Amino acid sequence: MVRGALEGAAVKKLGLVVNPVAGVGGRVGLKGSDGPEVLRRALELGAVRDAPRRARLALERLARVREHIEIITWPVEMGEDEARAAGFEPSVLGSFSDRRSYVLCEAERTGGERPHIACEDFVQTTAADTEQAAHELLDAGVDLILFAGGDGTARNICDAVGQRVPVIGVPAGVKIHSAVYATTPAAAGDVAALFLHERPAAVRLREGEVMDIDEEAFRENRVSANLYGYLSVPYARGLTQSAKAGGVAGEERALNDVATEVIRDMSPGALYILGPGTTTRTIMTRLGLDKTLLGVDAVRDGALVGKDVTEGDLLRLLETHFEAHVVVTVIGGQGHILGRGNQQISPAVIRRVGTAGIIVIATQTKLLSLEGRPLLVDSGDPALDAELRGYAKVVTGLGERTMYKVGV
Amino acid sequence: MSETPHEKVARLGRLRREGGVLHDYRAPRWDEPFIMEQGLPGERGVLVPLAEDDVTAAVGEAADYIPEGMRRGAAPDLPEMSQYQVLRHYLRYSQMTLGMDLGSDISEGTCTMKYSPKMHEELIRGHKSADVHPWQDEETMQGLLEIVYETGQYLKSISGMDAFTLQPGGGSHAVFTNACVMRRYFEAKGELDQRDEMITTIFSHPCDAATPMVAGFKVITVMPDENGYPDLEAFQAAVSEKTVGCMITNPEDTGIYNPQIDKYVEVLHDAGALAFTDQANANGILGYARARDAGFDACHFNLHKTFSSPHGCEGPATGAYLCTDELARYLPVPMVTRVGDAYHLDYDRPESIGRVRGFLGTWMGVIRAYAWIRNLGPEGLKEVAEISVLNNNYLDNLLMAVKGVSRPYAEGHRRLDQVRYSLEQLKEDTGVGTEALRDRMVDFGIQSFWMSHHPWVVPEPFTPEPCETYSKDDLDEWAAVIKKGSDEAYADAQFVLDSPHAQPIDQLRRIEAMEDPKEWAFTWRAYKKKILRRT
Repeated sequence: MVRGALEGAAVKKLGLVVNPVAGVGGRVGLKGSDGPEVLRRALELGAVRDAPRRARLALERLARVREHIEIITWPVEMGEDEARAAGFEPSVLGSFSDRRSYVLCEAERTGGERPHIACEDFVQTTAADTEQAAHELLDAGVDLILFAGGDGTARNICDAVGQRVPVIGVPAGVKIHSAVYATTPAAAGDVAALFLHERPAAVRLREGEVMDIDEEAFRENRVSANLYGYLSVPYARGLTQSAKAGGVAGEERALNDVATEVIRDMSPGALYILGPGTTTRTIMTRLGLDKTLLGVDAVRDGALVGKDVTEGDLLRLLETHFEAHVVVTVIGGQGHILGRGNQQISPAVIRRVGTAGIIVIATQTKLLSLEGRPLLVDSGDPALDAELRGYAKVVTGLGERTMYKVGV
Repeated sequence: MSETPHEKVARLGRLRREGGVLHDYRAPRWDEPFIMEQGLPGERGVLVPLAEDDVTAAVGEAADYIPEGMRRGAAPDLPEMSQYQVLRHYLRYSQMTLGMDLGSDISEGTCTMKYSPKMHEELIRGHKSADVHPWQDEETMQGLLEIVYETGQYLKSISGMDAFTLQPGGGSHAVFTNACVMRRYFEAKGELDQRDEMITTIFSHPCDAATPMVAGFKVITVMPDENGYPDLEAFQAAVSEKTVGCMITNPEDTGIYNPQIDKYVEVLHDAGALAFTDQANANGILGYARARDAGFDACHFNLHKTFSSPHGCEGPATGAYLCTDELARYLPVPMVTRVGDAYHLDYDRPESIGRVRGFLGTWMGVIRAYAWIRNLGPEGLKEVAEISVLNNNYLDNLLMAVKGVSRPYAEGHRRLDQVRYSLEQLKEDTGVGTEALRDRMVDFGIQSFWMSHHPWVVPEPFTPEPCETYSKDDLDEWAAVIKKGSDEAYADAQFVLDSPHAQPIDQLRRIEAMEDPKEWAFTWRAYKKKILRRT
């Protein structure tokens, strides 16, 4: 009989980074944890640091492949403690022996007054630690970085490692607009176990958007989000957001089908404005063009007519094109098609193109990953957003459309 | 009070079963090599006698009758084995499967795996049916034509439709036939340039989207609303002057019957479009709901599954397609008709879409369906629906008490013939998801469950269908197996993740290779080329 061969005999290296203060702002309604002032307010309001616990939930799932992985991490609460709590003997890079506690650092920063925090005092760490940790893990040759944090942490890791090593996020922050997290902490552990040892071939790496949300604006109930960059994120059936079902090969095929369908329907002489995203990039790739991954490009008759364009560029292009279309896809983990990372496609641009000219594209897997939540528009013009509400015929394959709800 | 015979059977069963499951089940494990790896040169199963000299002298060598260009250059590379070795080989293989008559097939939701009386096989294999030749004159096969015709009449009554064909070789084939009939209808009306969109729903069977695409249409899929019904607002937004029609399943694989289905049909008719319903899940509505009464223009049934033919295992299936008089002119040829007391094969139908399968289709399925319907009668068919719904709801009560199991959508509403459950909670709590649990349940002699069609809308899905065949004991045992798996997952998840433990084949570790043409091997030649050459 044919039996599956045993795989992954070699020990794999898992890099672990925990941002211990990620998410503290959320528990007390502060919509973020960036910056020392917000952190202090949150802790004084009684916030509990939950990221280490979440990291532990993920690591406990990895315990089953303990003999096959080595954890390399940063000292104490930035990974060491959590790894030990989950029964690992991690290799620890660097030392925090010269570090002081949060309370002492904070007293010095503000000139004397000690904060009254509800939780126990802890070693002071900053975003620079996250970045440095990620750098050193990359140098140590890890096969995967597992981090616990939010969008701020993802941004730091993105700065440090880019797409040079796969990264999976344990959702632990206030803002989780990026598409780099597993659905739950346990699921992050499961996908890491699959990727590192159990079934590497069942896991595919995809580019997950890292979103850059302006916290100040967010607190004023305005969301200003840019597409900051991409991490290389492993996903497997059902374990990572945006990958609920379908085979690994199937998803790649679906992406190609969507791109082919859009190209097949392109009208001669019409302007096509392609928003950011890996789905829209597939269209450009199939046209033999380079896509600006974080920006907006424009094509006509299969040729590039605008690269990384601004709103002004688009309005000028639209002056000379009678027919125009905007091609957008889901950006980030929340389901936005307009107003996140593609602000160049402004209300003025959409008015000029006409709402009927908007082509929404996404694989069915991506739509299902929204778990029934609607696609979101936040163009900055409430009247336009209201017009866009209803149902979009989302292009989901060759000759395939899916009726999907659009909300605001 | 003394023990009744039923109680005695139950008591003895419990002695053998711990916690309601067959805990010490062991599947035969033969570690049998491929047949291509067996045998010795020169070994033979049958020694064919040579022709006598005078025969050869009279007619020549047999090989001379084969045209030069069609003769093999070399003998085929077949294994050389004796009879008993071949017999042993295949018996060992068959022992290593969970045969359909060995256990319960409650696991196979959407397949309606019911017991097909063995008497049906006598009817099919008797010379009156088995010896019929497709080129025989219709006058000499009146009996077979009568069975086809009468079965069509019964199905017309059950669905409320006007016309039928039993030619398609399966459910999806009948659904494809519908796409072709609709295309021909709008072609005749001169609207084919305008209409090219077919609407389906995500919980409908995949063939409802795939076959209209093969027929040249675009497909628009509607997602469910919070109750699990196709979102009516979205459905309305999808319908336009471009719409050909809909191809939707009701009840869908969630087991939820859409009581407002006529509203959807109305939306289509108002736009000049047609409505087809996929009735592969008809077991729970037989005698209770007719497609025509909801306004549908056409529907289908699977004569295998709903009407007793075993699913897949015994040759091709039979799809029955039924429609209104308006669409009847487009049905495949030949139509089986009756004039007076005589039955005919009517080819004179100029607007027909043409043949979809040879001869009368898979008439073996028709004979089983005919016998089954005749045995049950109209009241019996209703009872089939009643018992299958009752069984399903009894099993549902047991399963919903199992930790980690949930039933998404339509809280508080009863399901009909099946339910799509979710093990999302179990997976979240223990790491044991639907794939791991299905690998474990075979350790108790129970067929692994059907999870879901793709895409998985319900996370970590499984879909049992306890049709009317099964007894209360069967249902209790099935639920006990799921409970056992859940208990084990919470106690020792790794043990479940490593299962099966009592089966002839270990876990398939590289199942993703099945999706990769470079890796898969479905023939010996491909196996040699792709796998053996590499090692």
